[in-house]
Amino acid sequence: MSNNTVKTDTTASGIGPVEEAGASPYSADNPAPVIEPPRKRTKKTGRATRGNFELYAWLFMRLSGVVLVVLVIGHLLVQLVLDGGVQKVGFAFVAGRWASPFWQVWDLLMLWLAMLHGTIGLRTIINDYAERANTRVWLKGLLYTATVFTILLGTLVIFTFDPNIR
Amino acid sequence: MWSWVAHRVTGVLIFFFLFVHVLDTSLVRVSPEAYDEVVATYKTPLVALLEYGLVAAILFHALNGLRVIAVDFWSKGTRYQKQMLWAVVGVWVVLMIGALYPVLGHAARELFGS
Repeated sequence: MSNNTVKTDTTASGIGPVEEAGASPYSADNPAPVIEPPRKRTKKTGRATRGNFELYAWLFMRLSGVVLVVLVIGHLLVQLVLDGGVQKVGFAFVAGRWASPFWQVWDLLMLWLAMLHGTIGLRTIINDYAERANTRVWLKGLLYTATVFTILLGTLVIFTFDPNIR
Repeated sequence: MWSWVAHRVTGVLIFFFLFVHVLDTSLVRVSPEAYDEVVATYKTPLVALLEYGLVAAILFHALNGLRVIAVDFWSKGTRYQKQMLWAVVGVWVVLMIGALYPVLGHAARELFGS
């Protein structure tokens, strides 16, 4: 209790003298004590959020999923069903397909979208089942390393493919 | 709940296959012989069966994924989620029957003669 406390008269109306008078016990020279609001973010509480990464990841899964349905089922038809199925696949077949920019872009897009889609999916699974924080860090580190390696390798192979390698 | 489990399991299987598949395709940068040698194993009856399993996993994941999108974005999605699951299973069965001959035909000819 400070010395600013105003003695409240117990009047019949229940209205104290402060409210009744409409005058504040505080003034510019004698300001009211500041009470910090609960949950106020200070320097110690860190950033408010980690951005919208989880939202974008969720949206990416759905958008890339729709595109992948077309790309992957088309890929299965070309590789496993049409024109003799898997029996026709070989170096010559790959060379014939990658001679066309259409199939290069198809495969490149499929590689990137499928790897990112799979990586985000596995990230969710790791977050769900790996209970120790250390385990999560290591598993996700391994996952991201494998993802970067696979995407770079696949991209390099598509762009540097040489039909006359021999 | 089981469609959710199956979605996770097929997703993980497809991801691991994808990793191996990029590695085997990279052999086209080594030599035509190295690539053709590995692809030759893909044409054996046993691997043909695995391929049929892969097609099964991909088709389920694709169809159920479209169902998840419908549940998330379609205003009546949650109300019809069960009917959509049966539609997924129905289309999946039809496509799997359709994939029998193209994917496993050559394996059957090799095993039982043409």
